[in-house]
Amino acid sequence: MSRFKRLNPAEIGYAVRGWLADLGHGARLFVRLLLGTFGSWRRFGLIRDQIHFLGNYSLAIIAVSGLFVGFVFGLQGYNILERYGSTEALGMMVALSLIRELGPVVTALLFAGRAGTSLTAEIGLMKAGEQISVMEMMAVDPIDRVLAPRFWAGVITMPLLGAVFSAMGVIGGWVVGVVMIGVDGGSFWSQIQGGVDVWDDVGNSLLKSLVFGIAVTFVALLQGYEASPTPEGVSRATTRTVVMASLTVLGLDFILTAMMFTV
Amino acid sequence: MSQQHLVEIRDLTFGYGDGRIVLDQISLHVPRGKVTVLIGASGGGKTTLLRLISGQNKASQGQVLFDGQDVGALDRDGLYAMRRRMGMLYQFGALFTDQDVFDNVAFPLREHTALSEPMIRDIVLLKLQAVGLRGARHLMPSELSGGMARRVALARAIALDPELVMYDEPFSGLDPISLGTAARLIRQLNETLGLTSLMVSHELEATFAVCDHVIVLANGRVAQQGTPDEIRASANPLIQQYVTASPEGPVRFHYPGPSVEEDFGLSARSPA
Repeated sequence: MSRFKRLNPAEIGYAVRGWLADLGHGARLFVRLLLGTFGSWRRFGLIRDQIHFLGNYSLAIIAVSGLFVGFVFGLQGYNILERYGSTEALGMMVALSLIRELGPVVTALLFAGRAGTSLTAEIGLMKAGEQISVMEMMAVDPIDRVLAPRFWAGVITMPLLGAVFSAMGVIGGWVVGVVMIGVDGGSFWSQIQGGVDVWDDVGNSLLKSLVFGIAVTFVALLQGYEASPTPEGVSRATTRTVVMASLTVLGLDFILTAMMFTV
Repeated sequence: MSQQHLVEIRDLTFGYGDGRIVLDQISLHVPRGKVTVLIGASGGGKTTLLRLISGQNKASQGQVLFDGQDVGALDRDGLYAMRRRMGMLYQFGALFTDQDVFDNVAFPLREHTALSEPMIRDIVLLKLQAVGLRGARHLMPSELSGGMARRVALARAIALDPELVMYDEPFSGLDPISLGTAARLIRQLNETLGLTSLMVSHELEATFAVCDHVIVLANGRVAQQGTPDEIRASANPLIQQYVTASPEGPVRFHYPGPSVEEDFGLSARSPA
Protein backbone atom coordinates (compact mmCIF):
# COMPACT_ATOMS: atom_id res chain seq x y z
CA MET A 1 0.00 0.00 0.00
CA SER A 2 2.81 2.40 0.95
CA ARG A 3 4.44 1.80 -2.44
CA PHE A 4 1.35 3.08 -4.19
CA LYS A 5 1.31 6.20 -2.02
CA ARG A 6 4.77 7.11 -3.25
CA LEU A 7 3.62 7.12 -6.88
CA ASN A 8 3.24 10.66 -8.08
CA PRO A 9 0.29 10.99 -10.49
CA ALA A 10 2.09 13.78 -12.34
CA GLU A 11 5.05 11.51 -13.02
CA ILE A 12 2.76 8.75 -14.28
CA GLY A 13 1.04 11.25 -16.56
CA TYR A 14 4.39 12.53 -17.80
CA ALA A 15 5.60 8.99 -18.52
CA VAL A 16 2.38 8.03 -20.32
CA ARG A 17 2.51 11.22 -22.38
CA GLY A 18 6.12 10.51 -23.31
CA TRP A 19 5.24 6.94 -24.25
CA LEU A 20 2.35 8.14 -26.43
CA ALA A 21 4.61 10.71 -28.07
CA ASP A 22 7.17 7.97 -28.85
CA LEU A 23 4.41 5.83 -30.29
CA GLY A 24 3.25 8.74 -32.42
CA HIS A 25 6.79 9.39 -33.68
CA GLY A 26 7.15 5.71 -34.54
CA ALA A 27 3.81 5.55 -36.36
CA ARG A 28 4.59 8.72 -38.30
CA LEU A 29 8.00 7.40 -39.33
CA PHE A 30 6.46 4.09 -40.43
CA VAL A 31 3.91 5.90 -42.61
CA ARG A 32 6.62 8.12 -44.09
CA LEU A 33 8.74 5.03 -44.83
CA LEU A 34 5.83 3.50 -46.70
CA LEU A 35 5.18 6.77 -48.53
CA GLY A 36 8.85 6.88 -49.50
CA THR A 37 8.52 3.45 -51.09
CA PHE A 38 8.02 4.72 -54.61
CA GLY A 39 11.11 6.90 -54.49
CA SER A 40 13.18 4.05 -53.07
CA TRP A 41 12.16 1.52 -55.71
CA ARG A 42 12.77 4.09 -58.41
CA ARG A 43 16.42 4.11 -57.29
CA PHE A 44 16.82 0.39 -56.82
CA GLY A 45 20.61 0.74 -56.66
CA LEU A 46 20.29 2.12 -53.11
CA ILE A 47 18.23 -0.90 -52.02
CA ARG A 48 20.58 -3.31 -53.84
CA ASP A 49 23.60 -1.88 -51.98
CA GLN A 50 21.83 -2.29 -48.65
CA ILE A 51 20.73 -5.84 -49.48
CA HIS A 52 24.40 -6.59 -50.07
CA PHE A 53 25.41 -4.87 -46.85
CA LEU A 54 22.71 -6.39 -44.63
CA GLY A 55 22.33 -9.76 -46.33
CA ASN A 56 25.75 -10.70 -47.55
CA TYR A 57 27.53 -9.66 -44.38
CA SER A 58 24.97 -11.52 -42.23
CA LEU A 59 25.18 -14.67 -44.32
CA ALA A 60 28.14 -16.24 -42.52
CA ILE A 61 26.72 -15.94 -39.02
CA ILE A 62 23.27 -17.12 -40.19
CA ALA A 63 24.67 -20.12 -42.09
CA VAL A 64 27.03 -21.21 -39.30
CA SER A 65 24.33 -20.75 -36.64
CA GLY A 66 21.86 -22.73 -38.73
CA LEU A 67 24.37 -25.54 -39.14
CA PHE A 68 25.09 -25.78 -35.42
CA VAL A 69 21.42 -25.60 -34.48
CA GLY A 70 20.89 -28.43 -37.00
CA PHE A 71 23.69 -30.48 -35.35
CA VAL A 72 22.07 -30.08 -31.93
CA PHE A 73 18.63 -30.90 -33.30
CA GLY A 74 19.94 -33.97 -35.03
CA LEU A 75 21.52 -35.20 -31.82
CA GLN A 76 18.71 -34.34 -29.42
CA GLY A 77 16.05 -35.46 -31.88
CA TYR A 78 17.71 -38.82 -32.33
CA ASN A 79 17.99 -39.36 -28.55
CA ILE A 80 14.30 -38.62 -28.04
CA LEU A 81 12.98 -40.49 -31.08
CA GLU A 82 15.09 -43.53 -30.25
CA ARG A 83 13.05 -44.02 -27.04
CA TYR A 84 9.95 -44.48 -29.19
CA GLY A 85 11.70 -46.41 -31.93
CA SER A 86 10.89 -43.84 -34.57
CA THR A 87 14.30 -42.48 -35.53
CA GLU A 88 13.24 -42.56 -39.20
CA ALA A 89 11.10 -39.48 -38.37
CA LEU A 90 14.24 -37.49 -37.50
CA GLY A 91 14.29 -35.62 -40.82
CA MET A 92 10.70 -34.45 -40.49
CA MET A 93 11.21 -33.40 -36.88
CA VAL A 94 14.31 -31.40 -37.67
CA ALA A 95 12.82 -29.83 -40.79
CA LEU A 96 9.47 -28.86 -39.25
CA SER A 97 11.07 -27.43 -36.12
CA LEU A 98 13.44 -25.36 -38.18
CA ILE A 99 11.07 -24.25 -40.91
CA ARG A 100 8.10 -23.46 -38.67
CA GLU A 101 9.84 -21.91 -35.67
CA LEU A 102 13.56 -21.80 -35.22
CA GLY A 103 14.44 -20.66 -38.72
CA PRO A 104 12.45 -17.43 -38.71
CA VAL A 105 12.85 -16.69 -34.98
CA VAL A 106 16.56 -17.37 -34.51
CA THR A 107 17.35 -15.67 -37.83
CA ALA A 108 15.40 -12.59 -36.70
CA LEU A 109 17.22 -12.54 -33.34
CA LEU A 110 20.60 -12.89 -35.06
CA PHE A 111 19.59 -10.31 -37.65
CA ALA A 112 18.68 -7.88 -34.86
CA GLY A 113 22.08 -8.42 -33.28
CA ARG A 114 24.11 -8.33 -36.47
CA ALA A 115 22.33 -6.02 -38.91
CA GLY A 116 19.88 -4.16 -36.61
CA THR A 117 22.58 -2.79 -34.34
CA SER A 118 24.64 -1.85 -37.37
CA LEU A 119 21.71 0.09 -38.85
CA THR A 120 20.99 1.89 -35.57
CA ALA A 121 24.62 2.83 -35.02
CA GLU A 122 25.03 3.98 -38.61
CA ILE A 123 21.95 6.23 -38.58
CA GLY A 124 22.74 7.48 -35.06
CA LEU A 125 26.32 8.35 -35.99
CA MET A 126 25.16 10.03 -39.20
CA LYS A 127 22.92 12.15 -37.01
CA ALA A 128 25.74 12.89 -34.56
CA GLY A 129 28.03 13.85 -37.46
CA GLU A 130 25.36 16.23 -38.83
CA GLN A 131 25.08 14.16 -42.02
CA ILE A 132 21.30 13.87 -41.61
CA SER A 133 21.06 17.59 -40.98
CA VAL A 134 23.24 18.47 -43.98
CA MET A 135 21.06 16.24 -46.14
CA GLU A 136 17.95 18.13 -45.02
CA MET A 137 19.81 21.35 -45.71
CA MET A 138 20.48 20.13 -49.25
CA ALA A 139 16.72 19.61 -49.68
CA VAL A 140 17.13 15.83 -49.67
CA ASP A 141 14.70 13.97 -47.41
CA PRO A 142 16.82 11.61 -45.24
CA ILE A 143 13.83 9.31 -44.74
CA ASP A 144 13.53 8.72 -48.48
CA ARG A 145 17.26 8.70 -49.17
CA VAL A 146 18.70 6.88 -46.13
CA LEU A 147 15.98 5.12 -44.15
CA ALA A 148 13.60 3.79 -46.84
CA PRO A 149 16.26 1.87 -48.85
CA ARG A 150 17.53 0.25 -45.65
CA PHE A 151 14.00 -0.63 -44.59
CA TRP A 152 13.15 -2.39 -47.86
CA ALA A 153 16.54 -4.08 -47.94
CA GLY A 154 15.86 -5.51 -44.46
CA VAL A 155 12.37 -6.64 -45.46
CA ILE A 156 13.72 -8.43 -48.55
CA THR A 157 16.77 -9.88 -46.82
CA MET A 158 15.13 -11.46 -43.78
CA PRO A 159 13.06 -14.20 -45.56
CA LEU A 160 16.13 -15.12 -47.64
CA LEU A 161 18.30 -15.40 -44.55
CA GLY A 162 15.57 -17.38 -42.76
CA ALA A 163 15.47 -19.83 -45.67
CA VAL A 164 19.28 -20.17 -45.59
CA PHE A 165 19.16 -20.80 -41.82
CA SER A 166 16.53 -23.53 -42.18
CA ALA A 167 18.34 -25.16 -45.11
CA MET A 168 21.65 -25.17 -43.25
CA GLY A 169 19.88 -26.56 -40.16
CA VAL A 170 18.43 -29.47 -42.14
CA ILE A 171 21.91 -30.18 -43.55
CA GLY A 172 23.29 -30.06 -39.97
CA GLY A 173 20.61 -32.51 -38.83
CA TRP A 174 21.44 -34.80 -41.76
CA VAL A 175 25.18 -34.69 -40.98
CA VAL A 176 24.64 -35.71 -37.36
CA GLY A 177 21.66 -38.03 -37.86
CA VAL A 178 22.57 -39.79 -41.11
CA VAL A 179 26.34 -39.43 -41.56
CA MET A 180 27.48 -39.65 -37.94
CA ILE A 181 24.80 -41.70 -36.14
CA GLY A 182 23.66 -43.84 -39.06
CA VAL A 183 19.95 -43.07 -39.47
CA ASP A 184 18.75 -44.24 -42.86
CA GLY A 185 19.26 -41.43 -45.40
CA GLY A 186 16.30 -42.45 -47.52
CA SER A 187 13.96 -42.30 -44.51
CA PHE A 188 15.42 -38.95 -43.46
CA TRP A 189 14.68 -37.26 -46.81
CA SER A 190 11.41 -39.04 -47.58
CA GLN A 191 9.99 -38.05 -44.17
CA ILE A 192 10.84 -34.44 -44.96
CA GLN A 193 9.29 -34.73 -48.40
CA GLY A 194 6.12 -36.26 -47.00
CA GLY A 195 5.81 -34.16 -43.82
CA VAL A 196 6.62 -30.66 -44.94
CA ASP A 197 3.93 -28.80 -46.83
CA VAL A 198 5.14 -26.14 -49.23
CA TRP A 199 2.37 -23.64 -48.50
CA ASP A 200 1.48 -24.40 -44.87
CA ASP A 201 5.02 -24.80 -43.63
CA VAL A 202 7.48 -23.16 -46.02
CA GLY A 203 5.03 -20.42 -47.04
CA ASN A 204 4.15 -19.54 -43.45
CA SER A 205 7.84 -19.64 -42.53
CA LEU A 206 8.63 -17.09 -45.22
CA LEU A 207 5.66 -14.99 -44.13
CA LYS A 208 6.91 -15.04 -40.54
CA SER A 209 10.37 -13.99 -41.69
CA LEU A 210 8.86 -11.17 -43.71
CA VAL A 211 6.93 -9.85 -40.69
CA PHE A 212 10.03 -10.19 -38.49
CA GLY A 213 12.06 -8.39 -41.15
CA ILE A 214 9.62 -5.47 -41.10
CA ALA A 215 9.65 -5.39 -37.27
CA VAL A 216 13.41 -5.70 -36.73
CA THR A 217 14.42 -3.28 -39.48
CA PHE A 218 11.83 -0.72 -38.45
CA VAL A 219 12.84 -0.87 -34.77
CA ALA A 220 16.51 -0.49 -35.73
CA LEU A 221 15.85 2.49 -38.00
CA LEU A 222 13.52 4.17 -35.53
CA GLN A 223 16.04 3.84 -32.70
CA GLY A 224 18.83 5.23 -34.87
CA TYR A 225 16.74 8.10 -36.19
CA GLU A 226 15.45 9.08 -32.74
CA ALA A 227 18.82 8.56 -31.02
CA SER A 228 20.31 11.42 -29.09
CA PRO A 229 23.28 12.58 -31.24
CA THR A 230 25.91 11.80 -28.61
CA PRO A 231 28.12 8.73 -27.97
CA GLU A 232 25.91 7.73 -25.02
CA GLY A 233 22.75 8.32 -27.07
CA VAL A 234 23.94 6.07 -29.91
CA SER A 235 25.10 3.44 -27.44
CA ARG A 236 21.73 3.41 -25.66
CA ALA A 237 19.86 3.32 -28.97
CA THR A 238 21.88 0.30 -30.11
CA THR A 239 21.08 -1.56 -26.90
CA ARG A 240 17.40 -0.64 -27.20
CA THR A 241 17.36 -2.02 -30.74
CA VAL A 242 18.45 -5.48 -29.57
CA VAL A 243 16.08 -5.54 -26.60
CA MET A 244 13.02 -4.13 -28.38
CA ALA A 245 13.54 -6.04 -31.63
CA SER A 246 14.05 -9.35 -29.80
CA LEU A 247 10.97 -8.92 -27.62
CA THR A 248 8.92 -7.80 -30.61
CA VAL A 249 10.01 -10.87 -32.59
CA LEU A 250 9.16 -13.25 -29.75
CA GLY A 251 5.79 -11.60 -29.16
CA LEU A 252 4.93 -11.58 -32.85
CA ASP A 253 6.04 -15.20 -33.17
CA PHE A 254 3.47 -16.29 -30.62
CA ILE A 255 0.71 -14.34 -32.36
CA LEU A 256 1.68 -15.58 -35.83
CA THR A 257 2.07 -19.19 -34.67
CA ALA A 258 -1.35 -19.04 -33.04
CA MET A 259 -2.84 -17.72 -36.29
CA MET A 260 -0.97 -20.06 -38.65
CA PHE A 261 -0.74 -23.41 -36.94
CA THR A 262 -3.75 -23.61 -34.63
CA VAL A 263 -6.20 -26.26 -35.72
CA MET B 1 11.42 44.16 -48.64
CA SER B 2 14.36 45.83 -50.24
CA GLN B 3 15.85 43.89 -53.14
CA GLN B 4 19.31 44.75 -51.87
CA HIS B 5 18.82 42.41 -48.90
CA LEU B 6 18.68 38.68 -49.60
CA VAL B 7 17.79 37.84 -45.99
CA GLU B 8 15.85 40.05 -43.65
CA ILE B 9 14.90 39.24 -40.09
CA ARG B 10 12.15 41.18 -38.39
CA ASP B 11 11.47 41.26 -34.63
CA LEU B 12 12.45 37.62 -34.31
CA THR B 13 12.28 35.82 -30.97
CA PHE B 14 13.43 32.24 -30.48
CA GLY B 15 13.64 30.10 -27.36
CA TYR B 16 14.04 26.44 -26.55
CA GLY B 17 11.54 24.20 -24.79
CA ASP B 18 13.00 24.92 -21.36
CA GLY B 19 11.86 28.56 -21.65
CA ARG B 20 15.37 29.95 -22.26
CA ILE B 21 15.20 32.81 -24.78
CA VAL B 22 18.16 32.66 -27.17
CA LEU B 23 17.22 35.45 -29.56
CA ASP B 24 15.05 38.27 -28.28
CA GLN B 25 13.24 40.49 -30.81
CA ILE B 26 16.16 40.85 -33.19
CA SER B 27 16.02 42.59 -36.55
CA LEU B 28 18.85 42.42 -39.09
CA HIS B 29 19.56 42.07 -42.77
CA VAL B 30 22.05 40.25 -44.97
CA PRO B 31 22.95 42.39 -48.00
CA ARG B 32 22.77 40.68 -51.38
CA GLY B 33 26.11 39.93 -53.02
CA LYS B 34 28.12 40.78 -49.89
CA VAL B 35 30.04 38.81 -47.28
CA THR B 36 28.36 39.25 -43.91
CA VAL B 37 29.88 38.10 -40.63
CA LEU B 38 27.89 37.25 -37.55
CA ILE B 39 29.88 37.53 -34.35
CA GLY B 40 28.98 37.08 -30.71
CA ALA B 41 29.66 34.98 -27.65
CA SER B 42 29.49 31.19 -27.83
CA GLY B 43 25.95 29.99 -27.15
CA GLY B 44 24.64 33.38 -28.21
CA GLY B 45 22.35 32.04 -30.92
CA LYS B 46 24.49 32.50 -34.04
CA THR B 47 24.17 28.93 -35.28
CA THR B 48 20.51 29.00 -34.24
CA LEU B 49 20.08 32.03 -36.49
CA LEU B 50 21.52 30.08 -39.44
CA ARG B 51 19.09 27.25 -38.69
CA LEU B 52 16.21 29.74 -38.56
CA ILE B 53 17.19 31.17 -41.95
CA SER B 54 17.30 27.68 -43.46
CA GLY B 55 13.99 26.76 -41.83
CA GLN B 56 15.45 23.97 -39.68
CA ASN B 57 14.14 25.83 -36.62
CA LYS B 58 11.01 27.93 -36.42
CA ALA B 59 10.82 31.31 -34.72
CA SER B 60 8.52 31.75 -31.73
CA GLN B 61 7.71 35.27 -32.97
CA GLY B 62 8.72 37.48 -35.85
CA GLN B 63 9.67 36.77 -39.44
CA VAL B 64 12.61 35.43 -41.41
CA LEU B 65 12.41 36.57 -45.02
CA PHE B 66 14.55 34.93 -47.70
CA ASP B 67 14.33 36.85 -50.96
CA GLY B 68 10.97 38.16 -49.76
CA GLN B 69 9.57 34.71 -48.81
CA ASP B 70 8.49 34.15 -45.21
CA VAL B 71 10.51 31.05 -44.27
CA GLY B 72 8.26 30.21 -41.28
CA ALA B 73 5.18 30.07 -43.51
CA LEU B 74 6.64 27.62 -46.04
CA ASP B 75 5.48 24.01 -46.17
CA ARG B 76 7.95 21.12 -46.67
CA ASP B 77 8.05 21.44 -50.46
CA GLY B 78 8.44 25.20 -50.21
CA LEU B 79 11.27 24.80 -47.70
CA TYR B 80 13.07 22.27 -49.89
CA ALA B 81 12.68 24.54 -52.93
CA MET B 82 14.16 27.41 -50.91
CA ARG B 83 17.02 25.28 -49.59
CA ARG B 84 18.05 24.43 -53.14
CA ARG B 85 18.95 28.09 -53.41
CA MET B 86 21.13 27.86 -50.29
CA GLY B 87 24.36 26.13 -49.36
CA MET B 88 25.57 25.52 -45.84
CA LEU B 89 29.01 24.73 -44.58
CA TYR B 90 28.93 23.01 -41.22
CA GLN B 91 31.59 23.53 -38.56
CA PHE B 92 33.25 20.16 -39.16
CA GLY B 93 32.19 19.72 -42.77
CA ALA B 94 29.60 16.98 -42.16
CA LEU B 95 30.86 15.01 -45.15
CA PHE B 96 29.25 11.65 -45.91
CA THR B 97 31.81 9.30 -44.46
CA ASP B 98 30.87 6.38 -46.73
CA GLN B 99 31.53 8.38 -49.91
CA ASP B 100 34.77 9.73 -51.35
CA VAL B 101 35.43 13.39 -52.06
CA PHE B 102 34.07 13.18 -55.61
CA ASP B 103 30.81 11.52 -54.59
CA ASN B 104 30.31 13.96 -51.71
CA VAL B 105 30.45 16.91 -54.11
CA ALA B 106 28.39 15.07 -56.72
CA PHE B 107 25.68 14.21 -54.17
CA PRO B 108 23.46 17.33 -54.58
CA LEU B 109 23.89 17.22 -58.36
CA ARG B 110 22.79 13.59 -58.55
CA GLU B 111 19.86 14.24 -56.21
CA HIS B 112 18.52 17.39 -57.81
CA THR B 113 19.49 17.36 -61.47
CA ALA B 114 19.10 15.00 -64.41
CA LEU B 115 22.61 15.74 -65.66
CA SER B 116 24.60 12.97 -67.30
CA GLU B 117 27.55 11.48 -65.39
CA PRO B 118 30.15 13.09 -67.72
CA MET B 119 28.52 16.48 -67.08
CA ILE B 120 28.43 15.86 -63.32
CA ARG B 121 32.10 14.87 -63.47
CA ASP B 122 33.03 18.16 -65.11
CA ILE B 123 31.03 20.25 -62.63
CA VAL B 124 32.46 18.37 -59.64
CA LEU B 125 36.01 18.80 -60.88
CA LEU B 126 35.39 22.52 -61.48
CA LYS B 127 34.08 22.96 -57.93
CA LEU B 128 37.00 20.98 -56.51
CA GLN B 129 39.37 23.07 -58.59
CA ALA B 130 37.83 26.20 -57.04
CA VAL B 131 38.71 24.95 -53.55
CA GLY B 132 42.10 23.56 -54.62
CA LEU B 133 41.24 19.89 -54.13
CA ARG B 134 40.78 18.56 -57.66
CA GLY B 135 43.65 16.16 -57.02
CA ALA B 136 42.02 14.82 -53.85
CA ARG B 137 38.88 13.55 -55.58
CA HIS B 138 39.52 9.88 -54.73
CA LEU B 139 40.26 10.40 -51.04
CA MET B 140 37.83 9.33 -48.34
CA PRO B 141 36.78 11.86 -45.67
CA SER B 142 38.84 9.95 -43.07
CA GLU B 143 41.96 10.71 -45.14
CA LEU B 144 41.39 14.49 -45.10
CA SER B 145 42.65 17.07 -42.62
CA GLY B 146 40.07 19.31 -40.91
CA GLY B 147 40.80 22.18 -43.31
CA MET B 148 40.58 19.95 -46.37
CA ALA B 149 37.29 18.45 -45.17
CA ARG B 150 35.83 21.93 -44.86
CA ARG B 151 37.01 22.85 -48.34
CA VAL B 152 35.36 19.73 -49.75
CA ALA B 153 32.19 20.65 -47.85
CA LEU B 154 32.45 24.12 -49.38
CA ALA B 155 32.72 22.63 -52.86
CA ARG B 156 29.62 20.54 -52.09
CA ALA B 157 27.78 23.60 -50.72
CA ILE B 158 28.35 25.53 -53.96
CA ALA B 159 27.74 22.56 -56.28
CA LEU B 160 24.26 23.76 -57.23
CA ASP B 161 25.38 27.40 -57.58
CA PRO B 162 23.31 28.68 -54.64
CA GLU B 163 22.45 32.31 -54.05
CA LEU B 164 23.25 32.20 -50.34
CA VAL B 165 26.05 30.27 -48.66
CA MET B 166 26.09 30.07 -44.87
CA TYR B 167 29.28 29.15 -43.05
CA ASP B 168 29.14 27.93 -39.47
CA GLU B 169 32.52 28.72 -37.90
CA PRO B 170 34.54 27.82 -40.99
CA PHE B 171 37.87 28.72 -39.39
CA SER B 172 37.74 26.88 -36.06
CA GLY B 173 40.74 24.64 -35.54
CA LEU B 174 42.61 25.87 -38.63
CA ASP B 175 46.26 26.86 -38.55
CA PRO B 176 47.02 30.53 -39.48
CA ILE B 177 47.99 29.70 -43.07
CA SER B 178 44.89 27.58 -43.73
CA LEU B 179 42.76 30.20 -41.98
CA GLY B 180 44.00 33.02 -44.22
CA THR B 181 43.61 30.83 -47.32
CA ALA B 182 40.09 29.82 -46.34
CA ALA B 183 39.05 33.42 -45.68
CA ARG B 184 40.40 34.55 -49.06
CA LEU B 185 38.70 31.60 -50.72
CA ILE B 186 35.33 32.60 -49.27
CA ARG B 187 35.81 36.15 -50.55
CA GLN B 188 36.98 34.96 -53.95
CA LEU B 189 34.06 32.56 -54.38
CA ASN B 190 31.62 35.24 -53.30
CA GLU B 191 32.89 37.54 -56.03
CA THR B 192 33.42 35.07 -58.85
CA LEU B 193 30.16 33.14 -58.34
CA GLY B 194 28.07 36.18 -57.39
CA LEU B 195 27.05 34.67 -54.06
CA THR B 196 25.78 36.18 -50.86
CA SER B 197 27.74 34.84 -47.89
CA LEU B 198 26.75 34.73 -44.24
CA MET B 199 29.49 33.56 -41.91
CA VAL B 200 29.53 32.81 -38.19
CA SER B 201 33.04 33.31 -36.90
CA HIS B 202 35.15 34.15 -33.88
CA GLU B 203 38.23 34.98 -35.93
CA LEU B 204 37.76 38.72 -36.13
CA GLU B 205 41.01 39.65 -37.87
CA ALA B 206 40.64 37.15 -40.68
CA THR B 207 36.94 37.78 -41.22
CA PHE B 208 37.08 41.58 -40.94
CA ALA B 209 39.70 41.52 -43.72
CA VAL B 210 37.33 39.82 -46.18
CA CYS B 211 33.83 40.88 -45.15
CA ASP B 212 31.60 43.81 -46.08
CA HIS B 213 29.05 43.72 -43.30
CA VAL B 214 29.27 42.77 -39.62
CA ILE B 215 26.44 41.90 -37.24
CA VAL B 216 27.24 41.68 -33.53
CA LEU B 217 24.91 39.56 -31.42
CA ALA B 218 25.08 39.95 -27.65
CA ASN B 219 22.82 38.75 -24.87
CA GLY B 220 20.19 37.63 -27.38
CA ARG B 221 20.00 40.98 -29.20
CA VAL B 222 21.70 42.71 -32.11
CA ALA B 223 24.21 45.01 -30.48
CA GLN B 224 25.28 46.65 -33.74
CA GLN B 225 25.55 46.06 -37.48
CA GLY B 226 27.67 47.91 -40.00
CA THR B 227 30.92 47.80 -41.96
CA PRO B 228 34.06 46.38 -40.31
CA ASP B 229 35.42 49.93 -39.91
CA GLU B 230 32.23 51.11 -38.25
CA ILE B 231 32.37 48.18 -35.85
CA ARG B 232 36.03 48.81 -35.02
CA ALA B 233 35.31 52.50 -34.39
CA SER B 234 32.25 51.88 -32.26
CA ALA B 235 32.24 53.50 -28.84
CA ASN B 236 29.76 50.90 -27.57
CA PRO B 237 31.56 49.14 -24.68
CA LEU B 238 29.94 45.86 -25.69
CA ILE B 239 31.37 46.07 -29.21
CA GLN B 240 34.73 47.14 -27.85
CA GLN B 241 34.76 44.07 -25.63
CA TYR B 242 34.49 41.88 -28.74
CA VAL B 243 36.95 43.81 -30.84
CA THR B 244 39.57 43.89 -28.09
CA ALA B 245 38.73 40.36 -26.89
CA SER B 246 38.54 41.63 -23.33
CA PRO B 247 37.20 39.38 -20.55
CA GLU B 248 35.85 42.47 -18.76
CA GLY B 249 32.79 44.22 -20.12
CA PRO B 250 29.04 44.08 -20.47
CA VAL B 251 28.96 40.67 -22.16
CA ARG B 252 28.32 38.20 -19.38
CA PHE B 253 30.81 35.38 -18.98
CA HIS B 254 28.88 33.43 -16.35
CA TYR B 255 25.76 31.50 -17.20
CA PRO B 256 22.86 32.82 -15.07
CA GLY B 257 22.57 30.95 -11.75
CA PRO B 258 22.71 31.33 -7.96
CA SER B 259 25.23 33.82 -6.61
CA VAL B 260 28.72 32.72 -5.51
CA GLU B 261 27.84 33.63 -1.90
CA GLU B 262 24.75 31.47 -2.04
CA ASP B 263 26.55 28.46 -3.59
CA PHE B 264 29.56 28.54 -1.23
CA GLY B 265 27.62 29.66 1.86
CA LEU B 266 29.81 32.76 2.29
CA SER B 267 27.06 34.99 3.71
CA ALA B 268 26.30 32.46 6.46
CA ARG B 269 29.94 32.18 7.53
CA SER B 270 30.84 34.34 10.53
CA PRO B 271 33.95 36.53 10.25
CA ALA B 272 37.10 35.17 11.88
